[in-house]
Amino acid sequence: MIVFLAAQVLPGDVGRRILGPFADQASVDALNEQLGANEPLLTQYWDWFSSFITGDLGESVQNRPVSDVLIDPLVASGKLALLAFVIVVPLAILGGVVAAIHEGSFRDRLISVGGLSATAIPEFVWAVFFIVIFALGLGLFPTTAQFPDGASVFTQIEYLFLPALCLVCVLFGYIARMARAGTIEALEADYTRTATLKGLPRRTVIRRHVLRNSLLPTIAVVATQAGYLMGGLVIIELIFNYQGIGQAIVRAALQKDIPVLQSGVLLIGIVYLVATLIADMLYSVLNPRVRLGATE
Amino acid sequence: MSLTPEPAGATEIGTASPAVVGAHPSDARVATKERLALLRRSKSFIAGSIIVGFWVLCAIFGELLVPKDPLASDPINDLLSPSADNWFGTDKLGRDVFSRVIVGARDILIVAPLATILATVVGTALGLVTGYFRGWVDDVLSRIIEAILALPTIIMGLLVAVALGPSRTTLILIIGVLFAPIISRTVRAAVLTERELEYVSAARLRNERTPYILFGEILPNVMGPIIVEFTVRLGYSIFVAAGLSFLGFGIQPPAPDWGLQVAENYGVISGGFWWPVLFPSLAIATLVIGVNLIADGVASAFER
Repeated sequence: MIVFLAAQVLPGDVGRRILGPFADQASVDALNEQLGANEPLLTQYWDWFSSFITGDLGESVQNRPVSDVLIDPLVASGKLALLAFVIVVPLAILGGVVAAIHEGSFRDRLISVGGLSATAIPEFVWAVFFIVIFALGLGLFPTTAQFPDGASVFTQIEYLFLPALCLVCVLFGYIARMARAGTIEALEADYTRTATLKGLPRRTVIRRHVLRNSLLPTIAVVATQAGYLMGGLVIIELIFNYQGIGQAIVRAALQKDIPVLQSGVLLIGIVYLVATLIADMLYSVLNPRVRLGATE
Repeated sequence: MSLTPEPAGATEIGTASPAVVGAHPSDARVATKERLALLRRSKSFIAGSIIVGFWVLCAIFGELLVPKDPLASDPINDLLSPSADNWFGTDKLGRDVFSRVIVGARDILIVAPLATILATVVGTALGLVTGYFRGWVDDVLSRIIEAILALPTIIMGLLVAVALGPSRTTLILIIGVLFAPIISRTVRAAVLTERELEYVSAARLRNERTPYILFGEILPNVMGPIIVEFTVRLGYSIFVAAGLSFLGFGIQPPAPDWGLQVAENYGVISGGFWWPVLFPSLAIATLVIGVNLIADGVASAFER
């Protein structure tokens, strides 16, 4: 199913991207020439796609190889995303489980409604709040994320903490909601009742019977969020002036640097697909029912 | 102030109810009445309506109320800190931040609801068709929908904005088209259960035309999920519209849009000039929270 999805999604998106530049280039003849846009659409698409597969991303309009323009930012964005995930995943799962155990209580409403509201507030708004409070007000963190070259891991984390926190705010609600829903379902299941009636302490019941079952769907959501995270990165990197893939894409879009834009967006698409694939694999590895069902 | 915003929230729901009433007179009217009663008692709905109502008033009458012209720049008095004269200070071009925040409600409150209405209309039609027909129509449309959903909304929006050239209309179209598939999935799921019910078979046996079955029979019965989805999506379209404007691919200068204001002034924040970015950010946050509170109230009233 994943392979099918991949096959469906990639050409569709690339076609859209090829069409996008076209509409714009009608007025920009010089750029047209450079891109060989006078060739038939399919030929062009094939040329670009086949060279993408072999790792040749072409040249940006400033005559730098696209791979050069994109590789460093991709690594930089990876660091930021990793930090955000390291913070948000345990936090959101804990929040979701706590909310589920105290379902209907004030704590539950605070986590559920608060989490979802936090999710709906744009990343740059969080960024402004955090910069004003933690960077300007308390002077705890720098206002930009671009750490000096050769900075130690701890300095890097210090610089990346505020941007990561913005992403955490946006992601927390989704993951916590999934963890909450999964836990509530598991709490109501027959095996949980059996375990409780068997006389097991509540702590053991929750750890051994509830959590094992409830966290499965959460893992799938976490991986899906990795794709959405890329969208958030675009905005966060801009406001914190961080040289990541998101900023590279926005700059390419503003400068109409079509090769960089195409490859950058395709890279994000690939990251998204890989994340979905990993989610599916993790899901089947962790879930005995799916694992055993597949081997039969 | 608590009295004025309420009609704003009430009409929003009111526009949807006549359709329900029209289809199955007695039952539907009672159900609608119950839902409205539930809504009126919902604390989050009332709180949300007050917040959103405040911004709606600002959007409509803001220009008459603000102390200064939100577009008039005054380069000598740039980046003045908040004072009695400029309540929220002035921005990089010396424009009054308070006036710009108040009047800035207009752009987002035009774009987000229109985009969401577009998405809901298109998404509902798609959902009805895919859910009712199944088969190859469903397959083809579902694949296209998956393709659209495969990339983060902001990035898709950015690409389309680059292709079409950024403007308010483009922004509405982008959000409408990107959200339609999401809404169609919700509607499709609801239609899948409705189509098996007896009243649909009855209509089919009466030899009713398919459009009538879809829009006359099924639509009124899936109105609940659609209204809930509409309010939830409204929050997200504010999110996306503000994000794209911030990136420079949404509403264009010199409009006093909030996202744009942050974009124009975030460069000076590290110099300690927090006011031209903080106040529009607060405005976005309150509007989003208000819409979410409304969505929360609507969801608990409409989902049994």
